[in-house]
Amino acid sequence: MATTPKTLYDKLWDAHVVRRQDDGTALLYIDRHLVHEVTSPQAFEGLRLAGRKPWRVQANLAVPDHNVPTTHRDQGIQDPVSRLQVETLDDNCAEFGITEYPMNDIRQGIVHVIGPEQGATLPGMTLVCGDSHTSTHGALGALAFGIGTSEVEHVLATQCLLQKKSKNMLVQVNGKTATGVTAKDIVLAVIGQIGTAGGTGYAIEFGGEAIRDLSIEGRMSVCNMAIEAGARAGMVAVDDKTIAYVKGRPFAPQGELWDQAVAAWQHLHSDPDAHFDRVVNIDAAAIKPQVTWGTSPEMVVAVDAKVPDPDQEANPTKAEGMRKALDYMGLQANTPITDISVDKVFIGSCTNSRIEDLRAAAAVAKGHKVADNVKLAMVVPGSGLVKQQAEQEGLDKIFLDAGFEWREPGCSMCLAMNADRLEPGERCASTSNRNFEGRQGQGGRTHLVSPAMAAAAAIKGHFIDASKL
Amino acid sequence: MEKFDTLTALVAPLDRSNVDTDAIIPKQFLKSIKRSGFGPNLFDAWRYLDHGEPGMDNRKRPLNPDFVLNQPRYQGARILLARENFGCGSSREHAPWALLDYGFRVIIAPSFADIFFNNCFKNGILPIVVPSSQMDELFRQTLAQEGYQLTVDLNAQTVTKPSGEVLSFEVDAFRKHCLLNGLDDIGLTLQHVDDIKAYEASRAKEAPWLFH
Repeated sequence: MATTPKTLYDKLWDAHVVRRQDDGTALLYIDRHLVHEVTSPQAFEGLRLAGRKPWRVQANLAVPDHNVPTTHRDQGIQDPVSRLQVETLDDNCAEFGITEYPMNDIRQGIVHVIGPEQGATLPGMTLVCGDSHTSTHGALGALAFGIGTSEVEHVLATQCLLQKKSKNMLVQVNGKTATGVTAKDIVLAVIGQIGTAGGTGYAIEFGGEAIRDLSIEGRMSVCNMAIEAGARAGMVAVDDKTIAYVKGRPFAPQGELWDQAVAAWQHLHSDPDAHFDRVVNIDAAAIKPQVTWGTSPEMVVAVDAKVPDPDQEANPTKAEGMRKALDYMGLQANTPITDISVDKVFIGSCTNSRIEDLRAAAAVAKGHKVADNVKLAMVVPGSGLVKQQAEQEGLDKIFLDAGFEWREPGCSMCLAMNADRLEPGERCASTSNRNFEGRQGQGGRTHLVSPAMAAAAAIKGHFIDASKL
Repeated sequence: MEKFDTLTALVAPLDRSNVDTDAIIPKQFLKSIKRSGFGPNLFDAWRYLDHGEPGMDNRKRPLNPDFVLNQPRYQGARILLARENFGCGSSREHAPWALLDYGFRVIIAPSFADIFFNNCFKNGILPIVVPSSQMDELFRQTLAQEGYQLTVDLNAQTVTKPSGEVLSFEVDAFRKHCLLNGLDDIGLTLQHVDDIKAYEASRAKEAPWLFH
């Protein structure tokens, strides 16, 4: 009997429906729930008030990441409010029996780095976390999306979520990218094309040769920013790279279960004739290294371009948005991107803090010095294990010799909940995911770039194509 | 959750697109382990002239006179007009908590970001999607007429203007039911305990590696 062709998203969704309601809402089973300190305290409090227990305690994995300091960990957290939030996570995990990697555990790190690193993220899973960048985990062929605190409580209590199915979008990045063009450049170019709301209401599958050519870590950087295109979930089909990546990780199945899992994972791709509600085609060869110039990730251009001119924008609302952004960013229209100098450089975040990101940045920094006008260039590894690996490879030494600071793992200056932040008016080349007003500190000006481009900006003191350094 | 049925209230216009949750409630206020008390820091960076931190006495901080919510005519507003992609960015539920704590129960915009939209319903806030052309009209009328009020009727799915003109809106049947009755989602889901257990039992056979 012929079955209807399905997209990857359809398959993941269908395998997790517990029950369907008349209005199309489904009760969706959640295989893995990742927990961090910022969005969980009120959820645990809710459980306590209602006298509820976690439904399946071993499905949860917790880690503090947003508030943790990236220096002097031995002295604990200086900010009492941050400290209370992290201690509250420790206490809640102890009370409810949830596995946690506390701040000084080598396995501690950014929640979206440690999930895949530990094999806690597996192909075919539904995975949620009270954090919008949960889309990252879709790189392994999982259905992963961010939720609010009420839903965190809901998952804890029921192992399920009430969800409406999204529409299917395929972003097909065709052909090969040029040398020096990274996963970050691909996803910024996609967002530049479809806009920050282009994926709203959709689950995005990233496909095409350029995506298949990416490593699993590169695919994570792409899926990470699906939310910056408005899509709660981004995903990539499973292939041999996915399976090789997962194999042997602490939470990954072993022995007979491994073989069984791999056999099932081979089906985690869209069927050839599957229907997508929207297909976007992008020519990989046309993508150049990207730099954002404004206060939304869609405000992005190639490094060899100029800051756009609002006067050339036909849509008046959009033009007004551009003017506000230029005003906030302290930029003039038509300024070449390479004329923009930076005060700080941040290499890190759930987008770009994995070992390959650090290698790419180190390859650029090697043998150079951070420019005099750069007040601070910092590298914040995504996890204790990434840090350890980087140190084994001598990357820390390369960064330190070049004048970068080498920090402890956490979210750090991606959102500046800890002490790492921009001062008003400071301009930063950042490998993070959001250039919103005040994101990296009130009045701070963020330009999103790849790790190689961030390292190049640190060395030159202004933006430059890293491959031309 | 406080239920929502009808509301007649003053309207405030926030005329910018892509208002993100970092703008709605900046990150330094997310360190609270409570659900309440975020209202004074709603739109903090736009609303005050100084830099806000948790623990400050917000009543003593200098207000930004140019920010729309600080204008005397919009004091007491409970309905917010917004533009495209309102609530984009982070999943922080502190954003709807801050809006609710400030007093907003209804947000009307041409589009919302998915996670924010969902979070609103969990907190007794009704997000209403209205096409851009009608939005322009609402902004114009709100600006033109001081004390401009709207009546929102969730059951009838209507927004009624002072002129008597009625706009209809769509809302998901299940979300409407929950909001009208102030229902706790978790309680509803736990009515299906047997379905969840049956799913787990069958899934554990198909995909045992997920349950080992």
